[in-house]
Amino acid sequence: MSSAVGAAPPRHAATPSPSDPVHRRRSYRLGRWDIKYSPYLYVAPFFVLFGIFGLFPVLYTVWVSLFEYDLLSDTKEFVGMENYRVVLGDAQFWNAAYNTVGMFVVSTVPQLIVALMIANLLNRQMRARTLLRMGIVIPNITSVAAVGIIFALIFADRYGLVNWVLGTVGIDPIAWRDNRYASWFAIATMVDWRWTGYNALIYLGAMQAIPKDLYESAALDGASTWRQFWKITVPLIRPTILFTIIISTIGGLQLFTEPLMYGYGLIRGGASNEFQTLAMYIYERTFTGNFEYGSGAAMSWLLFLMIIVFALINFALVRRSVKGEKK
Amino acid sequence: MSSPPPRRRRAPGARLWEASPLTYLALILGSVLSIFPIVWSFIIASRDNGAVYEMPPTPGGELFNNIDRMLANEDAAFVYGLVNSVVVSSVVTISVIFFSTLAGFAFAKLKFRGSNALLLLIILTMMVPTQLGIIPLYLMMVEFGWTGTLQAVIVPFLVQGFGVFMMRQYAMSAISDELIEAARLDGCSTWRVYWNVVLPALRPAAAVLGLLIFMQTWNEFLWPFVVLTPDTPTVQYSLKILSSGPYQTDYVALFAGTALATLPLLVVFIIFGRQIIGGIMEGAVKS
Repeated sequence: MSSAVGAAPPRHAATPSPSDPVHRRRSYRLGRWDIKYSPYLYVAPFFVLFGIFGLFPVLYTVWVSLFEYDLLSDTKEFVGMENYRVVLGDAQFWNAAYNTVGMFVVSTVPQLIVALMIANLLNRQMRARTLLRMGIVIPNITSVAAVGIIFALIFADRYGLVNWVLGTVGIDPIAWRDNRYASWFAIATMVDWRWTGYNALIYLGAMQAIPKDLYESAALDGASTWRQFWKITVPLIRPTILFTIIISTIGGLQLFTEPLMYGYGLIRGGASNEFQTLAMYIYERTFTGNFEYGSGAAMSWLLFLMIIVFALINFALVRRSVKGEKK
Repeated sequence: MSSPPPRRRRAPGARLWEASPLTYLALILGSVLSIFPIVWSFIIASRDNGAVYEMPPTPGGELFNNIDRMLANEDAAFVYGLVNSVVVSSVVTISVIFFSTLAGFAFAKLKFRGSNALLLLIILTMMVPTQLGIIPLYLMMVEFGWTGTLQAVIVPFLVQGFGVFMMRQYAMSAISDELIEAARLDGCSTWRVYWNVVLPALRPAAAVLGLLIFMQTWNEFLWPFVVLTPDTPTVQYSLKILSSGPYQTDYVALFAGTALATLPLLVVFIIFGRQIIGGIMEGAVKS
């Protein structure tokens, strides 16, 4: 700020001093404007960018699903609900839906239960705490594509590691790709390997917020650790359990990379689509061959409805069952 | 005259919280199961192609040969993919940190009309599966002429609701209102408050957010696979090309590729493991 004492150099004369009433009013107004409106400027980039690249495409999916695209003549024709009718009458769609839900259930249920158990173990005083936590969560930082490739070989049909181990105990090798349920199991193993530790850490975070004296008084009353776990820990971290269930539902029903890489990068998911998921089928219909954007969009929308329905069902189930525990 | 050291009395219930040998055993077993597939893939990467399936898992001496052959695969353009991944992940990470701290600060510390509703909206965006919008997003990229360019995998991810929410939660507790008030009395504009006071205070949380976003962007698979071409691969895209087809695959070279694609993240994780774990644990408790 230029000093008001003495003769200011002429160049500074243009910059009014703070005591200048005109400037003061202006800077006051500027300051008020700053306080009142600048917060909107700070949150605006998020909403503008998310609006364009997040929300708009999701809504536009509905619109795209009402058209039949013809890339050869570069035209599209309004067909209304026709895409939905075709998709709902398509056996491969239902096959993919069945696989998706099946793999989701087979992977999520054990994943969250084991994660709870691990978190309970980690929630103690122990040596090498950080190291053990790192050991549990390390799969989560590896790339999904790499994991898919590695597990494809672990569950290889003829010479894979799992079949080798089974062989040493005298069990016949299992056809990990030709048998639908075997392939689900292999893919679920892959998903669980990647996410169990992550969920365990989330549970652990919630568990550490539980006051320890609750357990102490329960122990004085003679409650076993197992009882304490079910009667204190689980009910108190219910919000976190619900959170992980919603997140697993959203992620699990969109399964794509794991089954793709498990099937050696082929979008069909096994010779007779034994492990093709909805996300894979959407990709197959949309980005290979005929580029059926309309059907793809219709399926995306159905998948979204499925996610909402499953999230709500899970939400209701868990809320009720954990509430029941409290009685 | 030496009095015996006072006997430390255990807090009541302390025994309850000490891990038993069985707990250690279970956790060590879990860690081994976690790490084994990664180690095993490194072992295969070091073997001769004829020995891929050989048991038991002992390493061979072909690692550098395999890496050479994998890098020589022109279709996969692995080095190019690595460079692209570094560029994409870095730009996305810096942008997400900047916009998340900015908006997080506004939501935590500034009063403005509608802020609660807007915050709720941000939380809801975390629930929308991006995959749902992938077809229109692709059509938009075609329209913009961005297919096959790195913008296509950068621009849609410049902001992420998760980051805004995380920074808001941290700013709520880490920055006192008095501090901001004091800066204002000193004549700071809101922007200067953000830049000189808030940003330094948010640095630890921003670092964790950055690590999580970097790893997530590095591992992104589906969208690059949709919108990029083999001419501009990311490292995951290169892996996909390396692995295509069950018959002609050069397995050991492929595993050299997975090892190289995973290695940068392993290094980051080993250095910043404590912070990453803290970030994962924090992120969920508060939501």
